[in-house]
Amino acid sequence: MGLEIEQPCVELSNIAVSDTHGENSPYFAGWKAYDENRYDEFTNPSGVIQMGLAENQVSFDLVEKYLEQHAEASTWGKGATGFRENALFQDYHGLKSFRTAMASFMQQIRGGRAKFDPDRVVLTAGATAANELLTFILANPGDALLVPTPYYPGFDRDLRWRTGVKIIPIHCNSSNNFQISPQALEAAYQQAQSMNTKVRGVLITNPSNPLGATIQRSVLEEILDFVTRKNIHLVSDEIYSGSAFSGDEFVSVAEILEDRDYKNAERVHIVYSLSKDLGLPGFRVGTIYSYNDKVVTTARRMSSFTLISSQTQHLLATMLSDKEFTEGYIKTNRERLRKRYEMIIDGLRRAGIECLKGNAGLFCWMNLSPLLEKPTREGELELWNSILYEVRLNISPGSSCHCSEPGWFRVCFANMSEQTLEVALDRIRNFMDQRATAKPKIPFRKIITDQAVIDMYSCLLA
Amino acid sequence: MGLLSRKVTCNSHGQDSSYFLGWQEYEKNPYDEFLNPKGIIQMGLAENQLSFDLLESWLAKNPGVSAFEKDGKSIFRELALFQDYHGLPVFKKALVDFMAEIRGNKVAFDPSGIVLFAGSTSANEALMFCLADQGDAFLLPTPYYPGFDRDLKWRTGAEIVPIQCTSSNNFQITESALQRAYEDAQKRNLTVKGVLVTNPSNPLGTSMSRNELNLLVDFISDKADMHLISDEIYSGTVFDSPAFVSVAEILKDRNLTKDSESDVGNRVHVVYSLSKDLGLPGFRVGAIYSENDTVVAAATKMSSFGLVSSQTQYLLSAMLGDKKFTRNYISENQQRLKRRQKMLVSGLQKAGISCLKSNAGLFCWVDMRHLLQSSTFEAEMELWKKMVYDVRLNISPGSSCHCTEPGWFRLCFANMSEDTLDLAMKRLKAFVAESTGSRSRRSIHSSGKRKSLTKWVFRLSSRDREQEDR
Repeated sequence: MGLEIEQPCVELSNIAVSDTHGENSPYFAGWKAYDENRYDEFTNPSGVIQMGLAENQVSFDLVEKYLEQHAEASTWGKGATGFRENALFQDYHGLKSFRTAMASFMQQIRGGRAKFDPDRVVLTAGATAANELLTFILANPGDALLVPTPYYPGFDRDLRWRTGVKIIPIHCNSSNNFQISPQALEAAYQQAQSMNTKVRGVLITNPSNPLGATIQRSVLEEILDFVTRKNIHLVSDEIYSGSAFSGDEFVSVAEILEDRDYKNAERVHIVYSLSKDLGLPGFRVGTIYSYNDKVVTTARRMSSFTLISSQTQHLLATMLSDKEFTEGYIKTNRERLRKRYEMIIDGLRRAGIECLKGNAGLFCWMNLSPLLEKPTREGELELWNSILYEVRLNISPGSSCHCSEPGWFRVCFANMSEQTLEVALDRIRNFMDQRATAKPKIPFRKIITDQAVIDMYSCLLA
Repeated sequence: MGLLSRKVTCNSHGQDSSYFLGWQEYEKNPYDEFLNPKGIIQMGLAENQLSFDLLESWLAKNPGVSAFEKDGKSIFRELALFQDYHGLPVFKKALVDFMAEIRGNKVAFDPSGIVLFAGSTSANEALMFCLADQGDAFLLPTPYYPGFDRDLKWRTGAEIVPIQCTSSNNFQITESALQRAYEDAQKRNLTVKGVLVTNPSNPLGTSMSRNELNLLVDFISDKADMHLISDEIYSGTVFDSPAFVSVAEILKDRNLTKDSESDVGNRVHVVYSLSKDLGLPGFRVGAIYSENDTVVAAATKMSSFGLVSSQTQYLLSAMLGDKKFTRNYISENQQRLKRRQKMLVSGLQKAGISCLKSNAGLFCWVDMRHLLQSSTFEAEMELWKKMVYDVRLNISPGSSCHCTEPGWFRLCFANMSEDTLDLAMKRLKAFVAESTGSRSRRSIHSSGKRKSLTKWVFRLSSRDREQEDR
């Protein structure tokens, strides 16, 4: 583009130049390593295997089959009105048929143990948007949300960046399988008080990312009691609810509220999305389900900034209204995920690696703390580095999830074929065997700090 | 119980304005040719319904695209998984080509300068988050699109300071008005971060003159850190001369683009969308175009909060990538808009109503000052209510667009059939005839009519109060 002329830096907003989007974290080197050397069964069998992406690729065939048999979902049928009505539809209430189908789908996932009213469903372009939107509604700049660690790295951006809201961690550790304890809740709340920061709510992910485990009913009851005592909100991100391996093991906060006759329900809000359960992150389908009328009204108005394409609403309304499809899908998807989980747990165990007992999600929470040179964040990053460059697996280090205990890693298992998973497990076994016999010092590679490179890969935060 | 944020209780979502109230009344009593011929005709919605048949015929000829097919193969999985906020490359390419074509290929846009958003509503808000801190201000010429009050201010905390434009010069932006607005902001201790214009203008329906564009570029040139946002959402609706001149063209002509030594190109940003030109508001396709790499980088990250569905990106990449289709669509769409606008203008003329001479948009800026009881905004509201409840036309009062002169209204013409537009004009003509007649009869029946008018206005204003309390 001609001469490289240095441009004087024009001032942008504080938000634009801040780091709070969180995308400068060192683990983006993982993405680069993968991108430059992608594993392929035939063309690049020694490439890097991507195990850092929480995608669900195990049940696509079910959706594809449905679409083949129901062309009306992806087209607008004969006659003029279908297309033009759909193309014009930008009502922030969302397509009624879609809201109804969504409410019904959420109900089915919970085995009918909770009912969802379509008029309380607010649609957003993904759970990313839903979480940010709720934060705008529940908190003012400078206020805080309490979030149990370890948590999804994207929350640093979604909850804090443009909202100006803080995250105060509720520290969880392996002594009790990373469960949220009343002491930890209270400690986080006190920390906010000492910082003169107003706590607006608690945000949990259930089933948890990155733990891959559902939150126990008794813990949910405690959390509900806690938020009620403190007169704050509870946001339950249930994006992985359909990925619990057994329908019975997942308890939604919605069920508890129903059992309590919806007493104090107006402080509870559920976030959901089709990105994980249905494997459709590209379609941008998220929802907020709130028991609070004012929140529903305001969220709906705010959703103007993040509406779901009516073309996509139409497709999913058709598909999710089909009870035969949804029941079959939910059941089969759970079974396949469970099978994958058992495969990886078994493979890791044979390699001498233990994981947190999981029962949901697209990943497992692996304990490599015995392997650390030093029980520190640096020790963890060194280990992660070796796994990336020597074992050629991109996995997510616990520090990127704000885990207070070094040595834990999130390993995804649903974004690849079974064969690829076998290859990954073989490599891990070899790595562990080598470690058992000798302790080679792996050179520490340079961690990527080049902003342009980080920018290129940071979109893959998932 | 739990408190909610200030954003919930403040009014910046703008939904209590008359703009939205008119919509509500329409929803309660919508016109239908057969089912409700006495209902309210919607003339407050800037939708383009004139060229759907062209889109439908393209879809019929290319059935595979909606079925996720590419070259006979299914790419469903790739699309379903594609959530990269850099956007589908083939779609961004097709979009920049389309934008260039709309501008007669006088300028070209680099796909890497495009950031996609779920509609220009989302794009405008994100741009504000990038350029303005809480409490900073942007100058906007009045009258302006009512939605800006929400889009630019609500969650960003930014302020809008109006650049007052008047009918004395057809509402064009003058140097003195610009200067006065800047000074107003400073008097209010607001840091002005830039100017935002809509070109072609909503609600005026006119495209900006080169003079005005040059004025704006000059204005930001000598002020460091001052930005210019040009919302060109209606660029494809210019149906008459003068030809559309984009701010991008001005920068090119004056050698102020990225390649030059000036940094002005770094501070000019274009917003676009397919909601008006293509009539696809439901598909949520908007974009920011900027040559400023830092803005593009920040906006790209922000687009995570409002990405365009990959299903929709793919469909439109195929449609807009079909150059034969786009060439024909752009020209045919413009011709239809021109015919429709003429129909509205002549219908208004028959009712003794004139409007601002326009060459673009989906609406006309109509002069009803002579129908006001007095030259006040109260009188404008009275007239508006008569329009909605008696004439049964939902039109947008100028005050909802922050117009400084009472008596102007925006009337849309592209969101209904010809017959419906015809009927709307007949109703208007009848109303004008009656009120002209009744004005001359006022001396005889004055007390009676005034009493009923007062009662009616009182009833309506208490309804307004209810709305606000909500």
